[in-house]
Parts: sequence; C-alpha cells; structure tokens
Amino acid sequence: MTNRARIIASLAKRHRAERRLRLYGKLAISFAVFMLVYLMWSIFSPGIQGFMRHEVRLDIATAKDHYEATAASVKALAPEAESVADKRDLTKLIGTFAAFEVRDALREGDTEVWVPLGDLADQLLKGKIDKRLPEYQRPINDKQLAWLERWQSEGRIHYGFNTNLFTAGDSRAPEGAGFLGSIIGSLWLLLVCMVAALPVAIMAAIYLQEFAPKNRFTTALEVSINNLAAVPSILYGLLGLSVFLQVFGMPRSSALVGGLTIAMLILPVMIIATRAAIAAVPSSMRDAAFGLGASPIQAVRHHVLPYALPGIMTGIILGVARAIGETAPLLMIGMVAFVADLPRHPLDAATAMPVQIYLWASSPEMGFVEKTSAGIIILLALLMVLNALAITIRNRYELRWG
Amino acid sequence: MNLVLSSRSRTKRQASESLVMALLMGSAGIAVLITGAIILSVLIESLHFFDKVPLFDFLFGTEWSPQTALRADQAGSTGAFGAIPLFAGTFMIMVIAMVIAAPVGLYAAIYLAEYAKRRTRQWMKPILELLAGIPTVVYGYFAIIALAPFMRAFGASIGLDVSSESALTTGIVMGVMIIPFISSLADDMITAVPQGLRDAAYGLGATQSEVIRNVVLPAALPGIMGAMLLAISRAIGETMIVVMAAGLSAHLTMNPLESVTTVTVQIVSLLTGDQEFDSPKTLAAFALGLSLFVFTLLLNIAALHIVKKYREQYD
Repeated sequence: MTNRARIIASLAKRHRAERRLRLYGKLAISFAVFMLVYLMWSIFSPGIQGFMRHEVRLDIATAKDHYEATAASVKALAPEAESVADKRDLTKLIGTFAAFEVRDALREGDTEVWVPLGDLADQLLKGKIDKRLPEYQRPINDKQLAWLERWQSEGRIHYGFNTNLFTAGDSRAPEGAGFLGSIIGSLWLLLVCMVAALPVAIMAAIYLQEFAPKNRFTTALEVSINNLAAVPSILYGLLGLSVFLQVFGMPRSSALVGGLTIAMLILPVMIIATRAAIAAVPSSMRDAAFGLGASPIQAVRHHVLPYALPGIMTGIILGVARAIGETAPLLMIGMVAFVADLPRHPLDAATAMPVQIYLWASSPEMGFVEKTSAGIIILLALLMVLNALAITIRNRYELRWG
Repeated sequence: MNLVLSSRSRTKRQASESLVMALLMGSAGIAVLITGAIILSVLIESLHFFDKVPLFDFLFGTEWSPQTALRADQAGSTGAFGAIPLFAGTFMIMVIAMVIAAPVGLYAAIYLAEYAKRRTRQWMKPILELLAGIPTVVYGYFAIIALAPFMRAFGASIGLDVSSESALTTGIVMGVMIIPFISSLADDMITAVPQGLRDAAYGLGATQSEVIRNVVLPAALPGIMGAMLLAISRAIGETMIVVMAAGLSAHLTMNPLESVTTVTVQIVSLLTGDQEFDSPKTLAAFALGLSLFVFTLLLNIAALHIVKKYREQYD
C-alpha cells in the first residue's frame, strides 16, 4: 500500500476521533448543566410553597384575656369536639402562634382574625401529606381531616403569602419560623467583616503591588497570601475558636466573632483581587504623576487608586458574596445555636443565613423542608444580585488599557 | 519665603507619608500573622493532644470512637483516636469526586476553549460560574433531599443496598461542586498555550482533535496537573457537603455504597455542642485540623509551584 492510500484509509478513523472529542466536550457540558438544573429544580419546587401558608379565620370570642379568647375561638371552630383527645386534636391543627395574632386583633378591636394553621394541617392542604392514606399512616386523623374540609367549604381557609418568613426569627415550630433573624445576623457579620477586612486588604494590596522591595519578607508575604487563599475554611473556624473565644474571651455565637473569623478568610481573596486591579493600571500613569513632582504615595493615592477603583469594587463584592455563603467556620465558633430573638447588635447571639439553612435542613419536622428551600432561594437571590452588580461594574466602569 | 514654606510642607508631607507607608506595610504583615496564628493555634492544641494520645496511635490506629465516657472510672473512658478510618473515608470521597470532576471539568474546558463559538462560550462560561457561586450548604442540602433518595431507590431497583449517607452520593455532589473550579483553571491553562504551536501542527495536516491531544494538552499539562492538585485540596478540606451528606460513625470500608466519615465531619462533630477544653475529645479536633492543614498545604505548595513554573514558560 502506498503512503497516499494509507493516509486516505486512515482518514475515516481520524475524523471519527475528531467527532468523539467534540462529543465528549458536549457531554461534559451537558452533564454540568443538567446537574445545575437538577439542583435548582429540587430546591425550587418545594421552595415556592415555603413562601406561602394556609390561614384560618377565627371569630374572636369574648373572654378575660387573649389566651382564653383564643381557646374559646378555636373551640367555636368545631363545637362538637368535647373529649380531651378531640380538643387536643383541634388545638394541634391551629398551631402554637394563634394567641399572638388574637392578642394583636383584640388590641385593634377586631372581631375576627386570620391565624396560621399548624404545620401538619398546612402540609396536608399543600398536598404534601396524602389524604388517601389509611388513617393510621397519616399524621392527621379522619376527624381533623373532616374539620379542615368543613372550614374550607365555609371559606374560613385562606392560602396566602407567608409574611412571617420576613418578620420573625427562628422557632421550633415550622409555622412560626422566620428567616429575618438570620438575615440580620448575616448583616451584622458582614458589617464587622468589612470593617475589619476592607482597609487591611486594600492597604496590603497597595503595599505589595506598589512599594514592596524584593526581599525575603516580601516573598514570605506572597507565599502566605497565596496559600491562605487555599486553606480549607474550617481551619479558620478552629483559629477563631482558639484565638477569639479562648484567648480573648469574646462572646460565643456572636456576629462579632463570626465577622472577624470570616474577615481572615476573605482577606487573601480580596488582597489578590485588589492587586490584580492595581496591576492593571499602566505604569505610564505613575510616570506622568512622578514627572509632575508627585511622591510615590501621592501618585498611588491620586492616580492609580481612582483608576483601579472599579476593579477593586468588583473584588470586594465577590468577597462579600463569599462571606455571605460561608458556613463551616461559623459552626466552630458556636453560631449554630438556636436563636429565636432578632440580634440587636454584633455581640448578641446570632445565626447567619447559611447556618439557618443548615439548622432547618437538619430539623425533622416536615414543614422545615420547604422552609429550608425558601431560605436557600432567598440566599441565592441575594448572591445573584451581588454577582450581577459585580458584572455590571466590571462591564461599565472598568477601563481597558490597550 | 515660598521656598521655606514648601520645604516645611515637604518635611510634614514626608512625615505623614512614612506613617502611611508603615500602615501599608503593617497591613501586609497581617497576612503573615494570620498564617502564623493558624499554625500556632492548631499546633499548640495538637501538642496537648499528643501528650495524651501518642502520635503513632493517632496516625496509624484503625479505631475511632472519641465518645469518652461520662465518668472517669468507666471502662474505655479514654476513647479511641485512630484516624485511619477518617483518612480513608476522606480519601474515598475525594477520589469519587475527582472521578466525576476531572474528566467533566477537563472536557468542558477543552470544548469551551477550542471548539465552542464565541457566542456559545459567552453564555456557557457564566453558567459554569453559577455552579461555582452556589454556597456549599446548598450542595449539601441537594445531596440530602434529591440525590440520596434517588441513589437509594436506584440501588434498590438493581438489587443494591445503598446507604442514605453513602460515600458515592457525597462524592458525586462534591464532584459537581468542583467541576467549575477545574474547568475554569484548565480553560486558563489551555488558552495560555501560544497559538503558534497550534498553527505549526495544523500546517503539518493534523486535525483539530489531533492538535488538541498531541500539542495543546501536553503543553498545558503541567498547568492542568496543578489545577487538579488544587481541586484535590478543595475536596479534602470541603466541610458542609460532607457534614450534611456523609456519615458520622467511622468504619473502615472499601465499599462506596456504605456510609463513611471524614476528617472535616469529625472536626465539626467534636466541636459543636457541649464541650470542655483539654478533654482529648476536643483536642482531637485540633489534631485533625493540623493533619488537614499539613496535607492541604503540601498540595497547595506543589500546585502553586507547578502553575507558576508553567506560566513563566510561556510569558
């Protein structure tokens, strides 16, 4: 066989190899996209219902205080419930938070009030508990089911937005649990984190990029920063635990300790991003400033920094996004405790959004499944906004140097 | 007069500038300080631990049951601190994650860097970056509510008993988390290969896949290796996914369908909840932290070294 014939004969095989590599690439990307869609779908499909809840209308009975008024109004919903067991079943349907709503309604002088249904009743009406199951396999018995259906036909049941999610702190009962406590906790944490990390990161980046002489100290700095960026986040938790809690005796579970711990974690990331932004400013800008008699610090302050600002901002926002999503180090310093009150200052016991998600994810009650998903949706929405902001700043303001 | 003024303002300026310079230098020094603090805090507590439990028993023991007894005189009050089952579990989950993430990330990077049209690349890359931006606690929850029940049902349908905390499920989810990390690093490495190398190969009549396989990939190989090492270090240090999806009890097994535990899971479980300092149980967490630090540091140093060498080659 001649060379030419051999080459022609091998062509089909070579083209097949070509198509194969292309296919592998497409498969790889499809797999990644599929997993992203699968992940989003499995979180969003229960999550939408987590933003909603069922409420029942109570006609407020007159009584000496709001507890008795609540008990009497609930009793009026199902007058035939006489036995102790029946009464207990009835209160279970209503859940634990009716009395607060009744108290507020009494204060306003209303005669009727919408109160959230208990977790199990809510789950049943949302279709998460199968009504057709035999009674012994269902957490809601036939009598309770009949009541719920009667109230529905009377127009006493209302399906609406769960405002509680954005107005309340955590609770042991799913119908009362809100996300606001952890949102505030995250904000406090972020505030501490930024106050601690931002100036240090920017100054360190300026020093390293503009002034650092080439010597051992600088090399040690560069090596530690590059390695710090890749240290597992949980080790920062150990550091926070032994330094802030044990040595300095700061309050456990507080946003202060959480913020300082996360600040150490995002410091190297922010230094690297800021350095890149400063390095992108061409040296002709500095030379021009020097030529007009500026000192090195003036050149940086008045000429380099303003041009690098959009890049620095982008880096900071991405650092913030990282800080909001970080969970593991917070578990180490006790920000994983159950906190029902809204934290009023950074020293209060607090949780953060991802920790709240983790806590709800490990709670056994059915209602927390959709709550967890709802929390994740809020967190992801926030991260999405931050990333969009970073991209906008990058595209609109970042100067490109030829 | 003017001259005097300007010289006086200059000395003032110089004084304030040296202050600013000191501030800048101090800020940079904080980075070294943090590194030192991490090493010291972990090391000191670990040394306390090794006073109570011999280093050899920790590194090579195969029994891990840190639940110390309530009373000091109770049998087995010291607990067992052999970390081999944890290292093995961590290793197994890391291997499963890399088996998923390495080929997917690499092929995705090849496709995006070499084949994809500009338009496709423009919307593909942000989608992959979206995966990278998802907090790990979300991946952990995804493993619990979606993948674990699916794997269990799938296993049952072909007659396999898959634990709901199986290493396989955990590894797959961790692999998905690492895909964008590998693909974006590998993409950088591939696009850094000079166009001249490709052109030369095309000139000899090579097809595109032959150019990629025989020219681009070998040239980018050191960088890609570095990316893989960084990804391994990520997988080993990852915490939330394993805390939520992997098991708590330590047993030594080679079966990926069973539940295993990892170093990070144990650190979390030892340090959350009630704790007393100086008990071997609490100190053990720091010893685990030290081994985690040493291992990931070695990986990172190797990876950064390789990547740096590679970058210099084509600069």
